[in-house]
Amino acid sequence: MLKLSEELVERIRAHAAQSYPYECCGAMLGTESSGARLVKELVMLDNQREDSPRNRFLVDPADVLRVERAARAQGLDLIGWYHSHPDAPPRPSDFDREHAWPWYSYVIVSVEAGVPRRMASWRLLDDRSRFDGEEIGSDLTAAC
Amino acid sequence: MAVKVMIPTPLRPFAGRQASVSVEAQTVGEGLDALTGQFADLRRHLYADGGRLRSFVNVYLNEEDVRNLQKDETPLRDGDTISIVPSIAGGRSR
Repeated sequence: MLKLSEELVERIRAHAAQSYPYECCGAMLGTESSGARLVKELVMLDNQREDSPRNRFLVDPADVLRVERAARAQGLDLIGWYHSHPDAPPRPSDFDREHAWPWYSYVIVSVEAGVPRRMASWRLLDDRSRFDGEEIGSDLTAAC
Repeated sequence: MAVKVMIPTPLRPFAGRQASVSVEAQTVGEGLDALTGQFADLRRHLYADGGRLRSFVNVYLNEEDVRNLQKDETPLRDGDTISIVPSIAGGRSR
């Protein structure tokens, strides 16, 4: 389970709405214990994919290293990433799968006509064949 | 040359849960070969079909992206550190 407070859920949704019709992206820092992940902080990042930001996002390795260092400095882990799917469901695409690693939590929020809708979290299987859904522990997301 | 390969958190389960692995190699490419020779399950997460490094996987020698050096042929010195760093990419279906 991925535990996201209502405040953090709202921040992801706001970032997704502000970025529409482009995709937003950001990092999730937190802790993991007995399989449960608690997100404690978000780092909003710029989508560096300038050629097709409506259906692609990119965080370059320099930003990944910067976020990893920020996490370590706070005694947290970089436990995953979020991004938006403008006018598309919050399901991972084949492109998402080809560019993912296991272990990370990948949160996707769909944005329909500028309004953030459903949110889901996914984990890539070790054999890279598909993602499995990961429950988000927030009452708010159930109502989205 | 004895060098250290830093393993990113998501790949540690495929590398004996280690944060770093020491290998003997003359070049960056040999270092990665030695790593994946020791931990074969890492290969699918680093390399695409055909054996090319996945497009989102970046390799640094100390603080420098090896694409700006001599890529796989970049020579190593004793005590160097190789880091594997992902770019994070994705997006909806077209």
